[in-house]
Parts: sequence; structure tokens; C-alpha cells
Amino acid sequence: MSIHVQIPTALRRHTAGVATVACTASNLQQLLSALDEQFPELKSHIRDDKGQLRRFLNIYVNEEDIRFLGGNDYVFSDGDEVLLVPSIAGGSARL
Amino acid sequence: MPTHDALYQLRCRECGRLWVNQPRSYCEECFSPLEVIYDYDAIRPARANGAGPGILRERIAQRPANMWRYAELLPLPAGFEPRLPVGFTPLFRAPRLAERLAAGNDAQAAAQNLYIKNDAVCMPTLSFKDRVVAVALAQAQAFGFDTVACSSTGNLANAVAAQAARLGLKARIFIPADLEPAKILGTQVFGATVVRIGGNYDQVNRLCSQIAEERRWGFVNVNLRPYYAEGSKTVGFEIAEQLGWRLPDNVVVPMAGGSLITKIKKAFDELIKLGLVAEKPVKFFGAQATGCSPISTAVKTGSAEIEPQKPATIARSLAIGNPADGLYAIRAIKQSGGWSEDVSDPEVVDAIRLLAENEGIFTETAGGVTVGTAAKLYRQDRILPEETTVLCITGNGLKTTDVLAGVYEVEQPIAPKLAEFESYLQQTLEKDNAATERHAAAAV
Repeated sequence: MSIHVQIPTALRRHTAGVATVACTASNLQQLLSALDEQFPELKSHIRDDKGQLRRFLNIYVNEEDIRFLGGNDYVFSDGDEVLLVPSIAGGSARL
Repeated sequence: MPTHDALYQLRCRECGRLWVNQPRSYCEECFSPLEVIYDYDAIRPARANGAGPGILRERIAQRPANMWRYAELLPLPAGFEPRLPVGFTPLFRAPRLAERLAAGNDAQAAAQNLYIKNDAVCMPTLSFKDRVVAVALAQAQAFGFDTVACSSTGNLANAVAAQAARLGLKARIFIPADLEPAKILGTQVFGATVVRIGGNYDQVNRLCSQIAEERRWGFVNVNLRPYYAEGSKTVGFEIAEQLGWRLPDNVVVPMAGGSLITKIKKAFDELIKLGLVAEKPVKFFGAQATGCSPISTAVKTGSAEIEPQKPATIARSLAIGNPADGLYAIRAIKQSGGWSEDVSDPEVVDAIRLLAENEGIFTETAGGVTVGTAAKLYRQDRILPEETTVLCITGNGLKTTDVLAGVYEVEQPIAPKLAEFESYLQQTLEKDNAATERHAAAAV
């Protein structure tokens, strides 16, 4: 699935200023792996010591919180728009 | 007024990294929220020459009765001069309410020990949000913003719009489209731009965090959030001072984003640290509406994590399904030995009426949530009548009159004649007597 990921300003220094990244991934874990591969410096910022998505980074798919879509089980559709949004909207439960 | 921007800075609540003062709410390393920390050694009065905490208490007592009297413990820019006497709302006993909440032999003890902290009369827009906005806008000006903004469930909208008007700042207010009409009007009247969003608060909030990345605006609850949240501490400072510089046994606090309860705890901890009050355990009790209860659900199920919810409640000022400080609220409640409860919408309305009919306080739905929750906590013996207990009433009922629509009959007018009035009175008495008999029969 080809999806588009919006990178928050705070992380763009690790993506050479790129704001929108095109990725191929079927689910969230594949998406994170794709980001790791494209931008190795991002990894330590979006994953914790255990490799999990950081607690205070929220993921939205087409404006909906991914936790309402099934979290890790959500299967991306072609053209999905993914947002990474820092903690202001709340600390997330583990996905 | 002592202001001291060299004496505080920002720190990541999770990884501990320090950040210089700036409009920023999260750590760039780990995305966790930032909070303001202080150099307490510099704030603490010197003990030399017999000086000590008493000196600071005296200094505070000599200042005007508003939230700025606690300036040492607020993140205020150097040279800040307050323009509005925000805060220092009344704290008073609520004996008639106490008798209803703690029925039976214990009612008399409860009547002596139950207090209301009434932010329904906070300056200038009748909610505790006036406090947080006052601090946030002080920083907004220091950071050079000419436009301030917020995502809001209503009370914050009112507070930002009013204080921005007074300071000559432009205000952009983002609200869920279904907000109570009084809260929308109470924002527009100050000349603010109101942007209605077809979504719930959590969606509005997410949009605002995106806008904050694109525009140089001071979003009080996004990029100014660490400073804004500190304003809530003044509720805790006032409770302690108004109780005669002592801490209560219990505090019942309504929870939306969960920040207020954590900041009242921080206020009490700071007062202990500075020696302004004696150390003692305080239990924190969180109140939510059942239709939006992510924090109370976590507490009641023993979870350390927040599961976000889609809000469905008349308590729209508490309708945050993904609470920004939920995690920290859970910790504050659990560590204190407190608890959290939630109440249904009909219970919220009943509690609004209970408070109004017994104490003459007209609170908005959030206050109904607090009173309804307190009733449950007394019934569960989690709050005991002999314990000093403070209920935080955070907003004014005049803003949410829609929830009482249909509750009261519209009386037919009578002619301006004494005989008409006597007849009316007779009918009213008969109606009242019948109601009393019905209640008595139901009680039996």
C-alpha cells in the first residue's frame, strides 16, 4: 500500500527537511520500519528503548486516531494520509 | 511583584531533558510533555536571622486578594505587571449539601468539614480557566505573539477571548461546532474570531497542534501549555491559604484533560517543600461524566494507561476523550490513595440542582459531575464525614442552562390583583403539600 506520512516540524531535522514521506506499508509496524529504513536518525525519536512507538506520539490516519481504527491491526488502504502528532492530544495507551 | 524568569525553566516529564523557556509543549527527543520546574532554593526564604516560611506567608498575606499573590511559584516573565485581579475565589463550608451527601448520624460531622471552592465566580469569565489563561497570556506577550489561540470546550474560549481583548491581542478560538450557545456568544462578544469545527474536542485539539506548527500564534493549550497549566496551581494555593495554611484531607476535582488535579497536587507539594504548610497526606479524587470517562475508567479498572473514548455526555466542558494529562492524573490519584468515579447525565442534572437548592450555587455541568461524584464517594465510604473535604466547582451554570431545559414548568401569569395572588398561593400550597406527601410515601 502506498501511503503518505506527514512528518512534524520537530522531526524534520532528521528527514533533511522533508515534510511528507511516501511509504509502502500494510500496517503500523511496517510503516515504522519503512521510516527507520529511510531515515535512520528518526528511529530513536519515534521508538522507545524497547522498539515500541513512543507513548506520547499519536498516530492519525485520515484525521482519525489509529487507536479507534484497530491500532496495530489496522490495515492501510492505498492513499491513506498518516499524521504523526506529538503529545498535546494525550498520552497514548500502548498500541 | 517578584517575577523571576531566571528561576524557572522547562523539563521533559519523562526523559528529564531541560529546555530553556520557549513556547514549546513537548520534548523533541522523546515527544513527552514539558513542565515548568523552579529553583526552590532561591524561592525559599532564608532561615537566617529567624526568617523562614512565616515571612513568605506574611508577604503573601499583604498582597491583593488575587492569584498573583503567589507570584514566586508561577512562571511569570521578568517585570510582569498583572492587568486583571484573577482568582482568589471564595472557599466556604457547605453544611446543607454535606447533610445530603452524608446522610444519617454522620451528617453533622460532614457539615463541619465539607467545603466548596467556588470558581464559578472567577474573574473575568466565571471559570477556573481564567487562571491558566492569565499565566499563558503573560508568557504570550513576553514571547512576542500578537495573536493568541486555543482549542476549547467553551470555558477556555471565553477566558482567552476576554483576556486577549483586555491586552489588545488578537484571538483565534477553535471549538467543536456543537458547543453550548452561551459559550459561543460569550466568546464572540469579546471580538474574538471563532472557528467552529465539525468534530469533537479531540479532533479540534489535533487540528490546533497542526496549525501551531504552521503559524506563529500563541496557542495557550498547545505551545504555551507548560506555562498555562501552572496557573491551575493557584486553586491549590488558595485552598491551603483559605483553610488557614493547612491542607485538606480530600479534594474532589473534575477531570477533562486531567491537568487541574495534577496541578493542585503540585501546588500542595510545593507548599510543603517551602514549609508554608505542614506535610500531611491528601487524597485526590477525580470526577468524570460516564459518557466521557477515560481517566476514571483507567482508575477503576486498575489500568496505568488511557484508552481514548468518543465523548457522549452533556458535560461538554469535560468531553475530552483523549486527555492530555490523563496518565499523570491516574498517577496522582493512585499515589494519593484516592479514587475516581463517574456519573450519568441525569445524575449530573440532579447534582446541579442539589448544589443550587442547598447552597445557592449554580454550577455548570462540570460542577454537577463533581457534586454527583462526591455523593458516590461518601456512599462508598471513600470520603468520611470527619475528613476535611474540598469540592472544586470550576464553572458557572449560566453558561450551560440548556441542560436544564424542560426541568421546570413555565408558570402561567396571574392578574395583578391580591385575590388572584391568594388563589394562586392556595393552589401552590396544595401542590407543594401533595408533592411532600408523595416524597414521604416514596421514602417509606
